[in-house]
Amino acid sequence: MRLILPLALAALTAAPALATEGVLDVVAPFEIKGADPSTSGNVFIKMELAETLVNADADGRLVPGLATDWQVSRDGLSWLFRLRQGVLFHDGTPLTAEAVAGALTHARAKPGLLDTAPITAIAAEGADLRITLSEPFAPLPAFLSEYRALIYAPAAYDAAGTATQVIGTGPYRLTALQEPLRLEAARFDDYWGEAARIDRVTYQAVGRAETRALLAESGDADYVFNLDPASVRRLSDGKAVEVLSVPVPRSLLIKVNAGHPALSDPRARRALSLAIDRQGLAQAILRYPSGADQLFPPSVPDWHVAGLEPLAHDPQAARAILADLGWTPGPDGILTRDGERFSLVLTTYPDRPELPLSAAVIQQMMAGIGVEVAINSTNSSEIPAGHMDGSLDLALLARNFALVPDPIGTILTDYAQDGDWGAMGWGNDAFAALIRDLAAGQGGQPQRDAAMAILQAELPVIPVAWYQQTAAVSQGVTGAVIDPFERTIGLSRMEWAGQ
Amino acid sequence: MIWRALGYRLAQALVVALLVGVLSFLMMQALPGDMAFRIAAGRYGYDMVDAAAAAAVRAELGLDRPAWQGFLIWLGDLARLDLGVSVISGRPVWAEIRHQLGASLHLAGVAVILSALIGPPLGIWAGLRAGGWLDRGLLVVSAALRAVPQFLMGLILIVLVSIQLGWLPAAGHGQARHVALPALTLALGMAAVSARVARDAMAEVAARPFYAFGRWKGLTEGQMLRRHGLRNIGVAMVTFLSLQFVMLVEGVVVVESIFGWPGIGHALVHAIFGRDVPMVQGTALLLGLGFVVLNALTDLLARLIDPRGISA
Repeated sequence: MRLILPLALAALTAAPALATEGVLDVVAPFEIKGADPSTSGNVFIKMELAETLVNADADGRLVPGLATDWQVSRDGLSWLFRLRQGVLFHDGTPLTAEAVAGALTHARAKPGLLDTAPITAIAAEGADLRITLSEPFAPLPAFLSEYRALIYAPAAYDAAGTATQVIGTGPYRLTALQEPLRLEAARFDDYWGEAARIDRVTYQAVGRAETRALLAESGDADYVFNLDPASVRRLSDGKAVEVLSVPVPRSLLIKVNAGHPALSDPRARRALSLAIDRQGLAQAILRYPSGADQLFPPSVPDWHVAGLEPLAHDPQAARAILADLGWTPGPDGILTRDGERFSLVLTTYPDRPELPLSAAVIQQMMAGIGVEVAINSTNSSEIPAGHMDGSLDLALLARNFALVPDPIGTILTDYAQDGDWGAMGWGNDAFAALIRDLAAGQGGQPQRDAAMAILQAELPVIPVAWYQQTAAVSQGVTGAVIDPFERTIGLSRMEWAGQ
Repeated sequence: MIWRALGYRLAQALVVALLVGVLSFLMMQALPGDMAFRIAAGRYGYDMVDAAAAAAVRAELGLDRPAWQGFLIWLGDLARLDLGVSVISGRPVWAEIRHQLGASLHLAGVAVILSALIGPPLGIWAGLRAGGWLDRGLLVVSAALRAVPQFLMGLILIVLVSIQLGWLPAAGHGQARHVALPALTLALGMAAVSARVARDAMAEVAARPFYAFGRWKGLTEGQMLRRHGLRNIGVAMVTFLSLQFVMLVEGVVVVESIFGWPGIGHALVHAIFGRDVPMVQGTALLLGLGFVVLNALTDLLARLIDPRGISA
């Protein structure tokens, strides 16, 4: 006994903390729900197992992917994509125009962005791909860069058009898939582009933010995606990892039911906006440098309007506006008008841990101007469901505007008419006309600025904060990035430090 | 004799299967929220769930038909030993459960072995010296361990063993080393209780006249323990172990989520959130049948080791 213990301890300590030599471990919260791009394409694109026709750089500019270039006909109804030659799928079959047309047709049959585009046909034309439209649609190439438009080999799909295997063209090929939490991949030696530098990589889904942070701290993972605010501070102080942080085109915002009797007047929405101390919320709760004073952060230069009057914090002014609208404080301090209490339900979801926390702070801030808010923290789907049946009052959410590099797609679906995650009971003809023109490829910066000014004035949604994406990267690797569009982590460009 | 017992267990298994199927189905129907929206959120994630996605899901899965029809289809499939297809991933429920149940059983098995190595030996040692410093110390330690919630225990172990000492991976799955910390988290909680049970049983047996008689006969402590002690406390321990299984299932859900372990607890929680009715029914069914099998094994073991009742 006296001998065994030290021996056992020695054996354990002999195994180094970074025991996964030669294998780069990526950890993120996203679970793998299946092989199909529509459910888990975000994981497969980040792990560079599969690719899209069009890529986007860190500034959101579209660059060639599996298509080398593309052009649109003069009437805007027909797009020709020239496909890259000499590309092989991981099963050894060549990338053909038929295979691409098949993959995109399968993608379009599922809920997603592509099925909202006015596409009438996707067909091979010799070695190229032709997409025909029923009306001009400028963001089409951007839509094709989204992860749900990943190109798999024909053998990946079953009879119903759902992918059952991951057979892509990326610099890494899948070697093991253990849904829902893990996959392993190895360098694909017949890759058409520059070869990956690290031979073997793994992906592990870990739902808890504190566990992810501990994995980074212990050296068990080399790239850890999405840290909680408290861990960012702790890991930044240490020497084990480098913490990357960039603002991404995702905004924390309050969706307002503009059809609600208490909220239909834009001045009422302005009053709610004035009640929010964005700076305090951002710094104390979210640990971000600052709150949002308009919908888009400066990192989305086309849609951030420099001269726009910022959303301010002024509870005094908010109370004055509500008094003008006929609201008077009741005995408990809550406003009433014609016997109606100013009482709202704020729906949110805990998938993003900062949301329920922020909701509680917003509840306090609203109470400060006499508005009673009850929080309903539930499943994310309650927000579009409540939108549809009209029962939603307020919702706190983190909307991703970078599903495609050009946010026009999301703005179009969210605000040009009623949109599940955007405007509710709100419409503005001038705004809708501006956005439709932009989507059709007409107009430029002045039109974008004008559209954003309308949103800022009417507040169909109330921006609260601009999201910061974070990652912890081991000092043992170089070349890691955070892509604001959440498409890549730089996997095939990463290499072991000191090599 | 043994056939009658087996037949009884088989009937019990059928009743459990039917009850679990009906209850899990009814509970899923009673949950608030629109099922099509919930499934769409489970499949496509919160950025993608919208009315169009929900409508597509509703049409694809035929959610407009009356719920009882869906239940009859499930029963029909079950009669053919087919658990159906997950509405989230589209893969057969059995294929999903096999991987996740395997991972849970692996974790639970290692935890039970670890706790059996830690708890009962310490308990027996303390029981033989009831009232001594070891006995009192063990009481304090086991009470403390039992009082620590499992998620906290998991985090403490990660910080101590992975970060401070760098001995074991903090979380993950795929290699043998990954099981150590989650299993230890579960085992410490179980050992804290099983040590107390073993200690009490041992102290009671050691206080009996036959134990004193054995000593008086000139048997050594080791001989006494082997011949008279272990078998007598064995019945209490085996019965208690099966009870611990319930605690284990409860703990596994928490521990799996902390350590990123792909288990059945994790699967069940996600299936409920995503209104994945076939997955919930399949998982609940297997867990229910697992309890029946476990009870049967416990009975069998208790009969075999009980020194009083060979013929019963």
